[in-house]
Amino acid sequence: MAFVQQSSPHAHKARPTSKVMLWVILAALPGLLAQTLFFGWGNLINVVWCIAIALASEAAVLKLRSKPVAFVLKDNTAAVTGLLLGLSMPQFAPWWVSAVAVISAIVIAKQLYGGLGSNPFNPAMVGYALVLISFPVAMTTNWAEPALLWDKAPGFGDTLAAIASGQQTAVDGWTMATPLDEYKHKIATHTSEEVLVHPTFGDGFARGWEWVNAAFLAGGLVLIGLRIITWHIPAAFLGALIVMSLAFGSNADEFAPLSLHLLAGGTMLGAFFIATDPVSAATSHQGKLIYGAGIGVLIYLIRSWGNYPDAVAFSVLLMNFAVPFIDHYTPPRTYGHHKARRGFSGGGRS
Amino acid sequence: MPSTIKLWDFSGGIHPAENKQISTRRPIQAAGIPGQLVLPLQQHIGEPAEPVVAIGDVVLKGQKIADVSHGMGVPLHAPTSGVIESIGDYPVPHPSGMTDQCIVLKPDGKDEWCERFPISDYRTLERDQVLGIIHSAGISGMGGAGFPTDIKLKPPRDRKVDTLILNGAECEPYITADDMTMRERADKVVAGLKIMAWILRPERCVIGIEDNKPEAAATLREAIHGTQIEIAIIPTKYPSGGEKQLIQILTGMEVPSGGIPADIGVMCQNVGTAVAVSDAVFEGSPLINRVVTVSGEAAESPGNFDVLLGTPIAYLLEQAGLQHDLVSRLVLGGPMMGYTLNTTAVPVIKTSNCIIAATASELPAPPPEQACIRCGQCAEVCPMELLPQQLFWHSKATEFEKAEHLNLFDCIECGACSYVCPSSIPLVQYYRYAKGEIRVQRAEQLKADRARERFEARQQRLEREQQEKELRRKERAKAAAQAQALKKAEAEQATANGEAVDERAAKSALVEQALARKKASSEASSAKVTAPPEPEPEQETPDLDVLEKQFSQALSKLETMQAMLGDAKAQQADNVDKLERAVAKNHDRVKRAEEALADARKTLAAQTEPQSIK
Repeated sequence: MAFVQQSSPHAHKARPTSKVMLWVILAALPGLLAQTLFFGWGNLINVVWCIAIALASEAAVLKLRSKPVAFVLKDNTAAVTGLLLGLSMPQFAPWWVSAVAVISAIVIAKQLYGGLGSNPFNPAMVGYALVLISFPVAMTTNWAEPALLWDKAPGFGDTLAAIASGQQTAVDGWTMATPLDEYKHKIATHTSEEVLVHPTFGDGFARGWEWVNAAFLAGGLVLIGLRIITWHIPAAFLGALIVMSLAFGSNADEFAPLSLHLLAGGTMLGAFFIATDPVSAATSHQGKLIYGAGIGVLIYLIRSWGNYPDAVAFSVLLMNFAVPFIDHYTPPRTYGHHKARRGFSGGGRS
Repeated sequence: MPSTIKLWDFSGGIHPAENKQISTRRPIQAAGIPGQLVLPLQQHIGEPAEPVVAIGDVVLKGQKIADVSHGMGVPLHAPTSGVIESIGDYPVPHPSGMTDQCIVLKPDGKDEWCERFPISDYRTLERDQVLGIIHSAGISGMGGAGFPTDIKLKPPRDRKVDTLILNGAECEPYITADDMTMRERADKVVAGLKIMAWILRPERCVIGIEDNKPEAAATLREAIHGTQIEIAIIPTKYPSGGEKQLIQILTGMEVPSGGIPADIGVMCQNVGTAVAVSDAVFEGSPLINRVVTVSGEAAESPGNFDVLLGTPIAYLLEQAGLQHDLVSRLVLGGPMMGYTLNTTAVPVIKTSNCIIAATASELPAPPPEQACIRCGQCAEVCPMELLPQQLFWHSKATEFEKAEHLNLFDCIECGACSYVCPSSIPLVQYYRYAKGEIRVQRAEQLKADRARERFEARQQRLEREQQEKELRRKERAKAAAQAQALKKAEAEQATANGEAVDERAAKSALVEQALARKKASSEASSAKVTAPPEPEPEQETPDLDVLEKQFSQALSKLETMQAMLGDAKAQQADNVDKLERAVAKNHDRVKRAEEALADARKTLAAQTEPQSIK
């Protein structure tokens, strides 16, 4: 009788990577729903389009690399990259801008570095930063005017046509500067009260955006509850942003107030869904705290003194650079050791 | 009564399906006497025992059949009366599926005991005498690696054991051997624990039990009534029964990396070991049986069995009603740390606590390995607070020094990381591989260092010899030159004296001159030629002084090594193995030196004898 020969442990109870990714997708759906409710069909169309491109480009590269296509696609990681880009792109971003972002994310940032698990940079953010720099007009003028889906937003067909045509003029009437953008560029010459009369701010903090951020926050908390992500990165990220804002931004006539930092732009999406990408984030708890805080600080610095109104992509990428360094100096203290064995002349994660 | 003892938590841990109820429905049953008992000579870490019986010998139950003459180990006894059938290589329980030296006993069915010497009051004895009883009873730890219990119970003098812990956590799924032992043999457990406490005189003596064993805790509570022993009910979490983790739970202290519990004044003993100690003292019975859990869905009547050591697992599985068509894998030990067997011919040994006959659906093959996404689940569950994903990364890349730097050798291979890995990576397997490679590298490094030292010593010796030869040659040349000068002077003297020049004398002087030149040159060239390839030029004429010196040096070295080994054993240090090997080697060396000396004396005698006859 031939018995199965296997090395221990013999029992497994893992949540497979594909399921983990599926949970990430599900947890992002409230945010997508809020985006659709307040900004129309644009994000939904972008998400579908980006996921399709992501799967297609991943499959193409896997084929070229002679890897098992179906086996890898089923891990759902390419779908998550597509989803995150779809959620981040302006609602009326032309189809080819999204396509460039996704293809560079999957092909260059992920597969050319060796595929899943080997990419030093967050693929979605590489794609996003690339199109933000390459197509600044398309990436800043295509943000939808906040309006309830059933109110006066353009219909599904109109949105689809606008995205598919890739023509700037088609959408001019439906777009509006984002709250962070508006605040950043007006505050130099206006007072806070004067700036805040702009319709993009609405009655609350940032019309529509506050609900989108709240929905991503809720989804993120679900991920923490499911132990798919730990609290360290989001807490440090948001904590650092709050501390920076309280320390430097107390004068609303100079810098955007804290409420805008937290509830406008991609803050919550970034904190819970993007910065927490485990592949490109720091490893230990202490490392994650440093990594998350670094992103929070950088976001504040770039938003307040940099050229870009939002800064999640750049901040995440800059901290991705720092991950090997952080990992180097923040291993946990192992049981039975007086202190952690920091640093190593041979280098950390290569 | 809820536990009021202060407990600590350990980092990480998992909650795998316990599956313990499978084997706790029936009381412990005697497995009976199989047709053949196979007793491996090595059942624990340390030295294998050496047979003290021969094939064909008739032995009684409890009779010593193998003993340890040197090094760390304990004797082995006949589990029942019968005839020694053979001594040779048979499959033994080992992850590699290897064979090893075993004594095979054919029971005669009489189960006749040898004479036993029970002790009713051990307190009247010296502590060393009781340790001697434990040693001669062949007791080694029955929970884990099987460290000889008498050595463990004798920590070095500077390591006072303040806390004696009896490990009844039994955190691995399926295994219930300790649980059932505590339920049914609580008195023996406590009696054994008391003996160990009497030997060690700790300030605190505590039994740690996971809270999923309320029956065991209840019976033990009755058994400890009126003693100072405490019972700590600890939360069920794997691997709470790991020695380091249990110590952390019960004392809040950590065993230093590379150290032993005695370093922080703690000692852990296993439930089964306590029973064996009690039997050895109060009944005079050596360790010849143990409780083994037979579990798994492929066993029709699973449960716990009181099994004679050496019982083939095939026999035991039959007792538990193995369904041959259902079993897909056999695991010796628990599902987290046990290893698979490739044959049921292997016997039960002192450390075998559980056999799982699992069906394919019960312990399915893991899905194919995927890329690590560094999700960190492994680090969350690691009880040693390591970075499993980094260790995996470095192990896979064969960057062993980096893995070592991240404390690879602190990994206890509990399997929690593999259990939760979403990418189904056999992490523990990678760590075992890396550890093995590093050990091989270390051994090779040691060997290379020794070879280099030998080479350098030889080079130096050759150089020295060359120099000496050169010196001798110069001296000879000088002597020749002097002789020539003398002859010349004599000749001059002769001419001066007016004597006729003797042609022959002049000629002979010339010849001598030429000879001296030739000799000098041939000596120089022969030194050049013979120097490098010559292997061991000395030893031709035995030098008694040198040999005697070598012998005494080797002897004194052996003595120091033995002293070191004694210390190391007393401290239960890690290097005991190494030291033992070193002692054995030095032993050989002394022997060789002695032989060489004897040979030398003989040859010298042979050389001098004929002369004296003359």
